[in-house]
Amino acid sequence: MSLLAIGIALAKAVIVFVCLLLCVAYSTWLERKVLGHMQVRCGPLRVGWYGLLQPIADGIKLFFKEDIVVSGANKFLYILSPMIVMIAACASIAVVPFGDYIDVFGQKIYLRVADVDIGVLYIFALSSLSVYGITLAGWSSNSKYALLGGLRASAQMISYELATGLSIIGVLMHAGSLRPTDIVAGQDIWYIVKQPIGFLIFVICAFAECNRSPFDLPEAENELVPGFHVEYSSMKFALFFMAEYAHMIVVSALAATLFLGGWRGPVLPGIVWFMLKVFAMMFFFIWIRATYPRFRYDQLMKFGWKVLFPVALLNIVVTGIGMVIWG
Amino acid sequence: MEQQLFWLWGGIAVISAVMMILKRNPVHSALCLVVVFVSLALLYVLLGAEFLAAVQVIVYAGAIMVLFLFVIMLLNLETEVRSQGLSRVAFKACSLAGTGLLLLLLLGGGAVKALRAMAPEQVSGVPGNTQAVAELLFTKYLLPFEVTSILLLAAIVGALVLAGKRD
Repeated sequence: MSLLAIGIALAKAVIVFVCLLLCVAYSTWLERKVLGHMQVRCGPLRVGWYGLLQPIADGIKLFFKEDIVVSGANKFLYILSPMIVMIAACASIAVVPFGDYIDVFGQKIYLRVADVDIGVLYIFALSSLSVYGITLAGWSSNSKYALLGGLRASAQMISYELATGLSIIGVLMHAGSLRPTDIVAGQDIWYIVKQPIGFLIFVICAFAECNRSPFDLPEAENELVPGFHVEYSSMKFALFFMAEYAHMIVVSALAATLFLGGWRGPVLPGIVWFMLKVFAMMFFFIWIRATYPRFRYDQLMKFGWKVLFPVALLNIVVTGIGMVIWG
Repeated sequence: MEQQLFWLWGGIAVISAVMMILKRNPVHSALCLVVVFVSLALLYVLLGAEFLAAVQVIVYAGAIMVLFLFVIMLLNLETEVRSQGLSRVAFKACSLAGTGLLLLLLLGGGAVKALRAMAPEQVSGVPGNTQAVAELLFTKYLLPFEVTSILLLAAIVGALVLAGKRD
């Protein structure tokens, strides 16, 4: 690998990471603004024009909060777990293709950090590691509420991970590849048209995987205070918070890549289309949060195992039969 | 570069495997097991078997998560964590086993060299290693593959029967 290639790869990684963090910061703003308007409030207004500097103010505030390690906590794991969650969420974005390529001084630069043969599986592997962060956070902070939140989170994520995995198999069958760029290339017609049920299951499971409402039981504030991160303060709390939004962005990007045609679209450049699709998904996430009440725990488990799981399996069978009949 | 990475991850795998056995706290042991499996996955990446690596993390990380939950929910941790160190006998046994392992490694070095010489050719014939694995599983090793799946199904049914008997 030449020095130039290494430089380009490094630059891409840094730029994507910084952009992801910016998107995370501004999706907190978006969430507060959209939720505000949906509940007939204004949302943040004071800091900057339309509250646009609010995420930065929040960040500075969190930096200067007192950093607490609870007595009786398992210190090593207590500090490690927010890192695990954040790293897993950020590293997943590496395999998502943002666009085709751009020409910079005659160099073709492909708009993705890494084009991996098993891209989709890579994201799933990282998300199965991020469960550890949440469970360990709950366990290590030596608090009953946190432990309950952590246990709930892990049970929920383990159950819904299966249905997520099964829901995208239909897409993989159509594309014939696990490589995200191949999947995007195969979408002359968006896969949401060919796989509407797969998309539905994927989106529902995505809500559960991100611990978003109506599946936000791990942090049900009425029963558990805020669940697994109740004992965290300052930047450690902020890492969990940022990881939640980063996870949302990754899942939205994955949905856009797998079902909504990725960067492809007419007239506008690819990256614009991609961002539009991602933020449409993010808006949908927030919209759902403003609309639906939280599930009860047994309902959540029953729904996952007795509805989503069999339907996802059936979807695979039907897709297979369809592919045999119609080529 | 590949050599150094191999020694790094191999070393981490071996050290955390030993730590898994030596740790008193079952939660720490479970975590060390995760580290072992992740570093094994990284070794697979070095060998160019990315599919295996990803599956390794997905399957084992998920499986150990369940183990981990069992530890938290079923064991009373306070009684499990004993304060005394390794007993003499255990220490002797460990050092014996360690020496044996080291000898085995040295002897195995030759075999590894032979294996390394032959590995890349076998993979390079097919476009990607997902396809390679799939092709082998569904043609040459179809019968063992199906038998394994039936075995797993039997295990699931058995677990359900055992769990259902209580009430």
